[in-house]
Amino acid sequence: MTVTVLAELLQQNETALLDRWIAVQRAAGIDPNRLDDRSITDNARDLLHALVRAISEGGDDIEHPQWRPVKQLLERLSHVHSQQGFPPTETATFVLSLKEPLFRLIQKSDGNTIELLWACTRLFDQLGLFTMQAYMASREQVIREQQESMLELSTPVVQLWKGVLAVPLIGSLDSNRTQVVMEALLQKIVDTESDIAIIDITGVPTVDTMVAQHLLKTITAAKLMGAKCIISGIRPQIAATIVHLGVELGDVVTKASLADAFQLALRELNVRLVANRLGA
Amino acid sequence: MTTTETLPLKQETDIVTIRQRVRKAAEDARLGLVSQTKIVTAASEIARNGLIYGGGGQCLIERTQREGRAAVRLVIIDHGPGIANLEQAMTDGYTSGNGLGLGLSGARRLVDAFEIASQPGQGTSVEMWKWK
Repeated sequence: MTVTVLAELLQQNETALLDRWIAVQRAAGIDPNRLDDRSITDNARDLLHALVRAISEGGDDIEHPQWRPVKQLLERLSHVHSQQGFPPTETATFVLSLKEPLFRLIQKSDGNTIELLWACTRLFDQLGLFTMQAYMASREQVIREQQESMLELSTPVVQLWKGVLAVPLIGSLDSNRTQVVMEALLQKIVDTESDIAIIDITGVPTVDTMVAQHLLKTITAAKLMGAKCIISGIRPQIAATIVHLGVELGDVVTKASLADAFQLALRELNVRLVANRLGA
Repeated sequence: MTTTETLPLKQETDIVTIRQRVRKAAEDARLGLVSQTKIVTAASEIARNGLIYGGGGQCLIERTQREGRAAVRLVIIDHGPGIANLEQAMTDGYTSGNGLGLGLSGARRLVDAFEIASQPGQGTSVEMWKWK
């Protein structure tokens, strides 16, 4: 059986293979600033050792449970590589570069060379693909995390005065984000016992019917909780667009700027700001 | 001079990309700020319809000329179930989903030329123009 022969070949030549593999990796020109000699050696030794065991006990099916240690090693390595900004090719080269020393070994052995080579190639291609997949998964996770942190970053609800909240909306408002804003605003209304919430849309480039609908829903929900909403920062071009779209803002109070809205809010709360008289 | 690009419409983030590219095309065509905002908003409405009701498709953005004036032309196509009653769909306040029912009719008012073609089972195609 081909796999058994391969396993024996690996077991008997583990040390020689390791030396040769490390040499190949160095020759492949991996940037020494990113990966020092020790980590190359450590990674190669750990993986080769796990590989020999996996082939001996699990055969050439990498879905076999015995292959789990190998996969875990590759996953960890891909993760580290993607975090440190290694290019994907360099990551895949790591496992694929074991092919050359292995092929030389097979050439010298006296089994069915073609069969052995084929089994070997198939196996390492699978491992290469697995490495790439793990690398991509790790990258995607980074992107997801960034998206989530942006979602949170972009929706601060701030208190301007006792009883007055403001939400400066920035960027495009799609379902997910608007949902987060709406929930954050309603929660903050409860927490701070506010009567007035100012939604500032100066930083929103496009107000289409979906955005308008989300705004109207938020305003209605706030109203149910006894708070009044003021929309501020409607720029002239947005105003013209809303009119043509046919969106009815109904009795929603709007102001051109956040400052105007704030003044109105203070007036509603019967707060009067008086400037200090000179010399007083 | 005419420049054309075709963008996919498969997920919600594609709508954001389409808006950005339409805005760029409108800026390049030197449309005024109000016109820019109008065509971008119309693109957003129609693209969202194509995604939600039509299950996705594609968007063609063309910066071109119309009767000697700089213009932006958009063609948004989906391969969804189509619209059985176009007249009803174009009515203010009518929606088969849960929107405001102003997307199609609103978009028509935002642009300078608006053509919609749809056959049940054949998808929907919307062509819009905004010029200087």
